[in-house]
Amino acid sequence: MSGTNGQASHGGTLSLTLRIWRQDGPDAPGRFHTFDAPNISEDMSFLELLDIINERLIEGGDVPIEFDHDCREGICGMCSLMINGRAHGHELATTTCQLHMRKFTDGDVITVEPFRAKAFPVVRDLVVDRSSFDRIIEAGGYISVNTGAVGDANQTPVPKEAADTSMDAAACIGCGACVAACPNSAAQLFTSAKLAHLNLIPQGQPQRWERTEAMVETMEQFFGSCTNHGECTEACPKEISLDFIAFMNRDYVKAKIKNRKLTGQS
Amino acid sequence: MAESHSGGNGPASNGLGNGVLDSRVPDGPMADKWTDHKFSMKLVNPNNKRRFEIIVVGTGLAGASAAASLSELGYRVKVFTFHDSPRRAHSIAAQGGINAAKNYTNDGDSVHRLFYDTVKGGDYRSREANVHRLAEVSLNIIDQCAAQGVPFAREYGGLLDNRSFGGAQVSRTFYARGQTGQQLLLGAYQALAKQVAAGSVELCTRTEMLDLVTKDGRACGIVTRDLISGEIAAHTGHAVVLATGGYGNVYYLSTNAMACNVTAAWRAHRRGAYFANACYTQIHPTCIPASDEFQSKLTLMSESLRNDGRIWVPEQLDDARSPDLIPVAERDYYLERKYPAFGNLVPRDVASRNAKTVVDQGKGVGPLRNGVYLDFSEVIERDGHPAVAAKYGNLFDMYERITGENPYAVPMRIYPAIHYTMGGLWVDYHLMTTVPGCYSIGEANFSDHGANRLGASALMQGLADGYFVLPYTIGDDLAARLGEPVVPLSDPVFAQAVSEVNDATQRFLSIGGTRSVDWFHRELGKIVWDCIGMERTSAGLEKALSEIPALEAEFWADLRVPGSGANLNSSLEKAGRVADFFELAKLMARDALVREESCGGHFRAEHQTPEGEAQRDDENFAHVAAWEWHDTGTVQTRHVEELEFTEVALTQRSYK
Repeated sequence: MSGTNGQASHGGTLSLTLRIWRQDGPDAPGRFHTFDAPNISEDMSFLELLDIINERLIEGGDVPIEFDHDCREGICGMCSLMINGRAHGHELATTTCQLHMRKFTDGDVITVEPFRAKAFPVVRDLVVDRSSFDRIIEAGGYISVNTGAVGDANQTPVPKEAADTSMDAAACIGCGACVAACPNSAAQLFTSAKLAHLNLIPQGQPQRWERTEAMVETMEQFFGSCTNHGECTEACPKEISLDFIAFMNRDYVKAKIKNRKLTGQS
Repeated sequence: MAESHSGGNGPASNGLGNGVLDSRVPDGPMADKWTDHKFSMKLVNPNNKRRFEIIVVGTGLAGASAAASLSELGYRVKVFTFHDSPRRAHSIAAQGGINAAKNYTNDGDSVHRLFYDTVKGGDYRSREANVHRLAEVSLNIIDQCAAQGVPFAREYGGLLDNRSFGGAQVSRTFYARGQTGQQLLLGAYQALAKQVAAGSVELCTRTEMLDLVTKDGRACGIVTRDLISGEIAAHTGHAVVLATGGYGNVYYLSTNAMACNVTAAWRAHRRGAYFANACYTQIHPTCIPASDEFQSKLTLMSESLRNDGRIWVPEQLDDARSPDLIPVAERDYYLERKYPAFGNLVPRDVASRNAKTVVDQGKGVGPLRNGVYLDFSEVIERDGHPAVAAKYGNLFDMYERITGENPYAVPMRIYPAIHYTMGGLWVDYHLMTTVPGCYSIGEANFSDHGANRLGASALMQGLADGYFVLPYTIGDDLAARLGEPVVPLSDPVFAQAVSEVNDATQRFLSIGGTRSVDWFHRELGKIVWDCIGMERTSAGLEKALSEIPALEAEFWADLRVPGSGANLNSSLEKAGRVADFFELAKLMARDALVREESCGGHFRAEHQTPEGEAQRDDENFAHVAAWEWHDTGTVQTRHVEELEFTEVALTQRSYK
């Protein structure tokens, strides 16, 4: 839609048809409902499109569609959705809340489903429960420093390269698109991003091996196995690199040995 | 201005309210107050801490850091969030950075300078002692966060990098790319996760606080609704900490997340917590202008962009030319022209008001003529595309995703939007509200920013309160209650509160009108933005006070909340929040109307200097206004806390 000079043409509209998954609860049967969405502004975000559909449902006396969302600027990780079978839709490096309707074409039929994974049970309609991610973090996704027990920040220099790569990994927003996109519903990208964030920097070293073993094994309680498809990184709105999974796998193997040695076993 | 009846709190002192609020600011020299007070406060023996149960509501920077720190000390903590995970709190969206008086850049920073800048930036309407403490603990925050593994930007030598921010002439802002809030929140969230794993914090997600419970005037618990099952339940504790954020969403369009609301704070207000300085709201100067009427929220572009972008509008009215076709001589770089010393880095309120002035003059740009240019062509030419991309790449990408325009090629369009609220629950030096046992921390309280918050100070305050202030002050109050059991859930105060929340829920579901909650919220937001926005007038505020109640009456008559209360129902959640926004909006208008001066984010058009700057009235208004709730239908009573300035001389702010 960009015009000359990088300036967009504003004010266009689209007429769309949406097939949206509706489900009353985790154990209730679900099905697609079809909605017509005429006169949709190109400048609208995908979630604003759902707002409009909901507004019309309420005015017509119906129950609106539940979907997760909050910051609407691509950082809280709350929004989700499979849009035409792709987590957060077809735009690369974009969350659903940042997906704008100018990326669609007049007359499109758009299918909207919740993220699908056994570890993300449907709560209602398009809302899923992603608390298994919190369980992985609770298993070791932290550095154990109590408040106040630390020295001056500049006493621990961190090589810039390590800090930058750590930040690349820490950019994960915990949305779960990686899991939803994976044919195995694996959470390697999420788990490895947190491990790389903490394991790459000096502050994370004391608990490195313990953390790695605990987080990987907690992950495996909930999620499937990685078979290196790479769908996760393709779907990731923050473009977290697949390299972190390799990093995690290396650290995990080392951890199995080192954690034995640390306790005096050979 | 009619509400000066005593309400049992002593006579009105000066026609503006009465001064009965005890701030509990300790005596002694400013630089020693906090240190001395830490020594004089009572302590709870480590083994006795586990005998106290503390409820924390909210898991943003303030709530998560407080919950983690309190539980590390040994208190039993129960923490609540309406999100699915503590990590979703809106602190996550802060982009630019966090201030600390480390003076790592050797440019003359000090605790005193950060204190001074913050008091001045707040337009002399904050409590000096609180601000000084904030500046002191800013040092500890950076140490704590770095030790947690927050990936702050580093220099090549491995040490921490700093940048400058609006309202300061030193580089004291620490940052993690454009995602500082995210990284600090993840640090606090991970500290909390560590305590959850250790079994010393009970975490309740997708659970919203809907009432504060008091017994004999003291906070003893809360009532919540489980957002998935709809179950309404009571929770008991020795203390309740509200870390529930600000109320910017009263404007409907703001940079707040969709779920941000005033409900927890407001329900506490209705139970006796005074609400202070409601009219102090902050407009952020660099947001993306609205594109159409369906816009659900506004997106902020970090203020750090003003370090390198130049702000301008065409000289000519309704100039429809493409910006690259407007010669420099026909552009007005109005901030650089009016404020040569600070230029594009003037504080937020000054930058915002000047943008409004030029847009109101008809010089606005963009399809709706509702923005000003923020132009990077000069810095791109000087430093090159890669250098600019390295610094601002993610912000430029975000702008392009939203607007479809490439900011490397054409200037960004920006316009102010509501971003932060300095007002909130009144708290004393211990961060306790006027309800004993009920505390408020972070944006939810009114305390440290006065009438205007400087950039990179919100993260600082949230973490100061949670990591380094509340964990000390709460002990002083709890020490005296050692041996007292919590009020049992069988006590009638809990049954009564639960039943009232149940009734309120049923009331929303049974109105059966024709309009959605969002419709009412949008209409309310328009009134609040027009009348209690960037510029307020007596006539506009009176208009708000007649239009808001009329719309509120329509809300209670014509609202439609479909579905039931027994499962996930976002319309029902929003209905309660918007009902509270109606009451808050009226208070904001009253607070703004009584405050016959301009200060910081509160600009009364009747009170300006000949140059159009905010004109304070220190004689009559160097005070905090804290409002006491009586009942629905009765106007709140205005109380005042006089502000004393012993360290910073009151002057007209000047950034020229």
